[in-house]
Amino acid sequence: MIGPIFPAWLDRAKPLVGIGLVAVVGYVAALLYYGGSPETWRVGYSPRQPVPFSHALHAGQLGMDCRYCHTTVESAAFAAVPPTATCMNCHTHIAPQSRKLLPVRETYAAESTLPWIKVHDLPDYVYFNHSAHVTRGVSCVSCHGRVDQMEQVHVAQPLTMAWCLDCHRNPEPHLRPPEFVTDLNWVPEDDAVETGRRVREQLRIHPSTSCSTCHR
Amino acid sequence: MTAVDNTFNLPGQRAPLVTGKADYATITQDVCAIAEQHRPPRSWYIAFAVSVATLGVLGAAIVYLITTGIGVWGNNSPAFWGFDIVNFVFWVGIGHAGTLISAILFLFRQQWRTSINRMAEAMTIFAVMCAGLFPAIHVGRVWLIYWLAPYPNWLAMWPNFRSPLLWDVFAVSTYATVSALFWYLGMIPDLATLRDRAQTPIRRMAYGLFALGWTGSARAWHHYERAYLLLAALATPLVLSVHSVVSFDFAVSQVPGWHTTVFPPYFVAGAIFSGFAMVITLAVPARAYFGLKHLITPRHLENICKVILVTSLMVGYAYSIELFTAWYSQNPYESFLFLGNRPFGPYGVFYWIMVTCNVVIPQLFWFKKCRTTAWIMVVIAILVNVGMWMERFVIMMSLTRDFLPSSWGLFIPTPIDIVMFIGSFGLFFTLFLLFCRYLPVVAMAEVKTVLPHGHQP
Repeated sequence: MIGPIFPAWLDRAKPLVGIGLVAVVGYVAALLYYGGSPETWRVGYSPRQPVPFSHALHAGQLGMDCRYCHTTVESAAFAAVPPTATCMNCHTHIAPQSRKLLPVRETYAAESTLPWIKVHDLPDYVYFNHSAHVTRGVSCVSCHGRVDQMEQVHVAQPLTMAWCLDCHRNPEPHLRPPEFVTDLNWVPEDDAVETGRRVREQLRIHPSTSCSTCHR
Repeated sequence: MTAVDNTFNLPGQRAPLVTGKADYATITQDVCAIAEQHRPPRSWYIAFAVSVATLGVLGAAIVYLITTGIGVWGNNSPAFWGFDIVNFVFWVGIGHAGTLISAILFLFRQQWRTSINRMAEAMTIFAVMCAGLFPAIHVGRVWLIYWLAPYPNWLAMWPNFRSPLLWDVFAVSTYATVSALFWYLGMIPDLATLRDRAQTPIRRMAYGLFALGWTGSARAWHHYERAYLLLAALATPLVLSVHSVVSFDFAVSQVPGWHTTVFPPYFVAGAIFSGFAMVITLAVPARAYFGLKHLITPRHLENICKVILVTSLMVGYAYSIELFTAWYSQNPYESFLFLGNRPFGPYGVFYWIMVTCNVVIPQLFWFKKCRTTAWIMVVIAILVNVGMWMERFVIMMSLTRDFLPSSWGLFIPTPIDIVMFIGSFGLFFTLFLLFCRYLPVVAMAEVKTVLPHGHQP
């Protein structure tokens, strides 16, 4: 052998190994923390809307049914956002001069629409049908949470594919008689799973888990 | 240098495996000199330039494919598998000889493996890399390729363990890992030799790093040989399992011409057949070019030719059994495919090329003249690999004639298909030429154990 295999300065570079190890561990930890955090799935996402509409007031205190405004949930895939005309049904008479409602009156007069911001936005490659769920005893609360207690609507559930599949694979704990789907406060009288099983048998619910159910 | 004809044994006396005046010193000198040349000869540069250019074309084609979509290939209903999977099976098949030579022949104490195992294992690893490329880009959205792996995720998605395509992922990745480990482990003593002879600090450091502080002590050799034996035992079943699993991709489906129980052994035999043909294709020029004719002797080449002849007979048997079963079963779909469409249909010419190259031409190896003449065996070996590519193509084209005539069609390759196939040779030869330039092409430490004076008092 002619000389040393490794140059002497390599000894001084030893701390680099430690730094590299720390960096790798830190990277993995950050990845796990961020990947597992609810914010990654936009849980808690709560945009400020053009009008400070309070679901807690309308659906909660006043006890309005969800379907008064979201009219299409039982018959269509899309849960309609109401036109300003629906607001004006009441607000022609109630708080007609409110500053907060100014954009509502303006758009009503101009026959245009309020630029509501979509809170629950599924990816475009996912097909979701509200009517298929609402008429089959899946309550609004299962996916949207206690909207009747929200001043400003936020995302309550992760809406991941795993989360969808959890229910599709085992729907019973989440089923209720369809007449109660919009009653967010409803709790089953007896065991939830037992109730769900009865609903499932009655309505012959067979939730599909094949790819093309949602990815069409 | 090869004055001794070591292709036959005198009674009671085995012919030497290494000819000439080879001893410990000259073997080290001859093999290390290849990797130690300050400037490789001009022909190496020319070959390397051609290979890298071909590799570049492959790279461009891959970028075009990924940015455009797999519609740039000729694959379309009903032939969802085309050149991509043909090339995959072709390269995986070639990747069989290395581990067979290094593991199975090692366990059977076939000493002649020592001169060719390093080169064959390198060939194996590079071929598996070429093979892995094609299914990887075949998935279309390559950035989601990690979906092939079972890992916990927010999609609640798990690969389908009933699908042979998933078994394939495991089989090929296991094979690639074990082959690479085996190759590297076997190279450690030789890397240490190169380290100790290195003239420049960079070479000394590079070889020193990968030699893992090899000292050559008796204790180190003891551990090393245990580890090598264990890895050989681990790798042996893999030689048989990989191509069996690849054959399941076809055999587990119901397409006529694919749904056959003979597929696993038939594929394994074909893989060894094509792999050994590739060893000939590489070893014959390499031994002449690098002056290794005394290490890779006519006896080694003749042995390889014999393996090719045997596996050719196996492959020929499989072809005839397919025909017999089609006739004997009186299954209309099978008989239509094997007795009508394959030999006389739109791809009939490829079928006959396959039969000629794989079954007829290798019969020349019954003649000793063909087994010992370098250029003849190279020509036959190249034809064997032509035939083996055709075999996979012919099998793949079963897709164009399934049960319902309404779903019949034709597969016509696009220029991108052809460019990618040729380009994969660029990848293969680039890696192989780099291997010849920087690594010990013959397992020096192992060859030294079969020197005649190592066994004679």
